[in-house]
Amino acid sequence: MSELQVAKTETGDKIKNVMVELGFSLASIIIALLVGLIFIVLADESPRVAYGALYVGSVGSLREFMNTLWRSTPLIFTGYALALPFKAGLFNIGGEGQLLVGGFAAGFVGFYFTGLPAILHVTLAVLAGMVAGAIWGLIPGILKAFKGAHEVITTIMLNYIAVALTLRYGINRFRIGGRQALPIIQETAEMLRLNELAEMPVLGRIPFVEIFALPGLRLHFNFVLALIAALILWFLLWKTTTGYELRAVGFNASAAEYGGISSNKTIIIAMVIGGALAGLAGAGEVLGTHHTFISGMDAGYGFTGIAVALLGRNHPFGIVLAGLLFGGLSQGGLEMQFVGVPSEIVTIIQALVIFFVASLQMLKWYLAERKAKGEAE
Amino acid sequence: MGTIRELLAIPLLLTSFRFATPLILAALGGIFNERSGVINIALEGMMLFGAFAAVYGSGLTGNPWIGVLYSMIAGLSFALILALVCVTFKANQIVVATGINIFASGLTIYLLQVLFGVAGTSPRVPRLPAVRFLGITRYNPITFIAVALVPIVWFILFKTPWGLRIRAIGEHPSAADTLGVNVNKYRFICVLISGTLAGLAGAHLSIGEGSAFVREMTQGRGFIALAAMIFGKWHPVGAFGAAMLFGYAEAIAIRVDFAYIPSELIRAIPYFITIIILAGFIGKAIPPKAIGKPYFKGED
Repeated sequence: MSELQVAKTETGDKIKNVMVELGFSLASIIIALLVGLIFIVLADESPRVAYGALYVGSVGSLREFMNTLWRSTPLIFTGYALALPFKAGLFNIGGEGQLLVGGFAAGFVGFYFTGLPAILHVTLAVLAGMVAGAIWGLIPGILKAFKGAHEVITTIMLNYIAVALTLRYGINRFRIGGRQALPIIQETAEMLRLNELAEMPVLGRIPFVEIFALPGLRLHFNFVLALIAALILWFLLWKTTTGYELRAVGFNASAAEYGGISSNKTIIIAMVIGGALAGLAGAGEVLGTHHTFISGMDAGYGFTGIAVALLGRNHPFGIVLAGLLFGGLSQGGLEMQFVGVPSEIVTIIQALVIFFVASLQMLKWYLAERKAKGEAE
Repeated sequence: MGTIRELLAIPLLLTSFRFATPLILAALGGIFNERSGVINIALEGMMLFGAFAAVYGSGLTGNPWIGVLYSMIAGLSFALILALVCVTFKANQIVVATGINIFASGLTIYLLQVLFGVAGTSPRVPRLPAVRFLGITRYNPITFIAVALVPIVWFILFKTPWGLRIRAIGEHPSAADTLGVNVNKYRFICVLISGTLAGLAGAHLSIGEGSAFVREMTQGRGFIALAAMIFGKWHPVGAFGAAMLFGYAEAIAIRVDFAYIPSELIRAIPYFITIIILAGFIGKAIPPKAIGKPYFKGED
């Protein structure tokens, strides 16, 4: 075979692999939606009405579609927060806590820093959120690398410490008035919203921008950051030495160590970047969505992000797609509630997706095993 | 002076048992599955579903003891999912357990809406009878059950051949397999025991200490139980001690006003302690060796 042919079959294999992965993810979603039917019927609701509302509520109009993108933003980030450490062989269950401390830090900087130009202020607040999240990832990273403490347990514990520090103590200490929230951030710290774009001096001149100037359209700039992050992560993982080391440690830590890669360093890097991305999710929710750090802003994104990463096969682009799907489910769930179908069916479907992705993975492994045995005989 | 007197007050110490009860039960359950080599971060979800099922069973029949039975079946049913998918089909234990926690949260709120037509709190149902203790405090029967289970679990795990096998498959499954122990059967049963106990812990929260189900009412207690298990170094007596300490922390966070320490942070003490213990800063906690790894016959 010539070199060209080899290259061709390699690309062919790659495409085939991607198709197989996509197929398994799609199959999981379809089975989950089918099993979801049982819960709809048991609630004495019509599947047509329920799934119709889910469709209309998520992609039925420009506003709903844009709000689906908005809902997916924190999920995409928390998906990355699981996926990147996972590539290095670590399970970061701490997305929730990293998101909370990130949101709190952003809300704090957003309110207490005053008199700054808008671009500088919002950047500072975003960075504060990322740094706080990174620290919340650094702690379990260090404990894993140098003390061998299981990251699943330490990140779970740090989630609850974050809840106590930010949602309970932090809010009670700094709030003004009775609302369970920090004070509203300064206008200079607000993240750009799509429906305000038409009023902006330069950006307002972009053609057709005024069609987005709808009330209740909540998409903001963090979605753009989520897409940029996908590109950066893809580049980091597959085009840099750090990425190579990360994948090597995840594949076989002792072999990587033998090959001269410091697994301790790699573990810490993966956890810090993962934490920073979850922190960015929190910062975006505070600066773009709520304009304050408010009780309930986490909405379980840290845990749903685990499902998103799983469904997206821990690949940055896959996570964007999975995040959009889960965002659409959440957004459409509101419409479902509106027509009288319990919106929690959406949460149930999301959990079912996790079960089926995990189970189908084993089916794939089982089939491969059988095929290998068949070839050996 | 005043604070110390409050901290050592007998009623407060006795109240700690009530807060510790769900932690003791779920931690004992956790010891079973972790000693057999299966990690269970779904205790939280199992407890939550147990709490709901207890209220439903009690309301349906008017008998809180039927509620207790329902709670155990509820915990068991979730454990069945975990055991089937993770032990039999060998899927990732952490992933599936996370799924169960999300499922529990969604399912209980869905059932509140479908069965009771409410969004947040269920109607009141008959609760378990409270028993006066030393004339000072009252305990519901589940507290006595939890405390009584501690020596029983210790006996099963450390004094019976059955317990020896459980501990062996958690440390070195292939060696146990060679000696004829059916690794996956034991693990399956241990996960089921774990779920049943976590479900019972839920009943304590909903119809033991109160008489209704509130959405998300477990509030991380399943994870504190996990912490108690680790702090107690996977030993029933140790876990009991840790659960008592954490129950005490919860009691003082509610009952005692400290001048300089915010009560919100006192509740986080169990989590701090667990991290410190896991990292080995004081008395390192070492989990069973084979924990979290599915067992494939013929591989090491």
